[in-house]
Amino acid sequence: MGKLFAVILVVVALLSAVPIILHTWTQPVDISTHGHLIDDQMADTMIEAGCAFLAAQILLGIFVWKFSNRTADAKITSFPGGARGLVIAAFIFVGTEVLALGILGQKAWAQIYFAPPAANAMPIQVQAGQFAFYFRYPGPDGTFGPTYPAKIDEGNQNFFGLDTDHDADSKDDVVTAEMAIPVNREIHLLMHAKDVGHSFYVRELRIQQDFVPGLDLSLHFTATKIGKYEIVCTQLCGLGHYNMKAYLEVMSQDDFDKWMKQEVAMQ
Amino acid sequence: MHTQYRHKFAAISSAAALVVLGLIIVRPKVHAAPVSSGGITGVIKLDGVAPHQKPIDMSKEPSCAAQHKDKPVTTESVVVGTGGGLANVVIYISQGLNGTEAATVPPEVASITQKGCQYLPHVVVVDAGQHMKVINSDQTSHNIHPQPTKNPEWNKSQPQGAPPFDVTWANEEIAVPVKCNIHPWMHGYVAVVKGPYAITDDSGSFNLNVPPGTYTITAWQETYGSQTQNITVAAGKPATANFTFKAK
Repeated sequence: MGKLFAVILVVVALLSAVPIILHTWTQPVDISTHGHLIDDQMADTMIEAGCAFLAAQILLGIFVWKFSNRTADAKITSFPGGARGLVIAAFIFVGTEVLALGILGQKAWAQIYFAPPAANAMPIQVQAGQFAFYFRYPGPDGTFGPTYPAKIDEGNQNFFGLDTDHDADSKDDVVTAEMAIPVNREIHLLMHAKDVGHSFYVRELRIQQDFVPGLDLSLHFTATKIGKYEIVCTQLCGLGHYNMKAYLEVMSQDDFDKWMKQEVAMQ
Repeated sequence: MHTQYRHKFAAISSAAALVVLGLIIVRPKVHAAPVSSGGITGVIKLDGVAPHQKPIDMSKEPSCAAQHKDKPVTTESVVVGTGGGLANVVIYISQGLNGTEAATVPPEVASITQKGCQYLPHVVVVDAGQHMKVINSDQTSHNIHPQPTKNPEWNKSQPQGAPPFDVTWANEEIAVPVKCNIHPWMHGYVAVVKGPYAITDDSGSFNLNVPPGTYTITAWQETYGSQTQNITVAAGKPATANFTFKAK
């Protein structure tokens, strides 16, 4: 019985690895310049975690096989070096694994979070609030006008709390409910939350960044493929969380200019 | 107590009970009967140019966006008809009604419908105590959230296909803003009044049924606030009260 269990254990572990090795569930298309770094990191992590998982299951199977017919008076053998040896071995093994992943991933992390955006990156502000995203473009003057939380009036489409009657910088700002960007142009995304924690996730961009209330966060990326993608909130933010999304439209520069003209006319 | 007085007391109290019962039975009839005489009519206009109404982008909710493909929806803070008439103005009697008239509640059920991720109508007017039906005819969930100051606040989800539900408002309040917690652009008002009321369409005209008397009549618009006029309605002769709101 014990031997049968050992075999089933190992077979189940090996079978579970098959769809992953065969890439049964493919990744969504990558439309960013940095995405391959994230994908490589994911693959490395998967391989490392997969090997560790299989090794653990097979080892467990071997032990079950070997000791399943142990007699009641058989001597119990302990790990060489006792409990202390076991803990040190596990610490070194797991530590090396985590450290290796960290070293391998530092390039992906640094490119997103440590390298500043290029000077000509296009700034777009994104505000997450229950339960929608809104975007603001600075307009021809290239400057965002100040925001006043007390002036937020969603029923009248003032999502950012702008005072367009008095602030010259705000007058030409363009506020939209979908995010259009030109292809192959670096975007500098300035993020803030209106109320609670939210997250900005575009799987094709390989970007997932939380909004933290009270913090102005920034991201930069370049999209390389024209198309329409979904921006979803991936931080549980309240009853309408499931419905919190917006669309990202990656356009040619010409189409983007046309779109912007249209949006300006609609402000 | 002496027997004789006891009988007298019983007689008086039962007579009083009968009168009260009679009043209760007769009261709706009084309301249902058309007001024979006067009434107030008028036209509400906007002087000047209405502020720019911003288009509403509903791309986040494709089932709603599809309904407005041909005609983009805009905000409705000021809605003016071709003739300059101001729509969505609530007209009610703010002073001069007697207790019975003010307490009369129309038997009709008012309604607010969530359709195409908008509130239809944008401004609902109800009598305090009047029943109001909340309807969701969209293929998406809504969360209707009125934000009153003189009535209890509530906040209720209504998934697609959910049956309408009924609400009443106890206290007069001009007007309760209504929002949807799921679709931040959705915006409407419920005006709770006591006594006869009317609301304008974009012709700006209204007709208020009131018995003869002297009244203060108030017109309320969501952006421009309230205006009042004193007016006397004579028997058999409708009075006129026109209002003009000035664009800021």
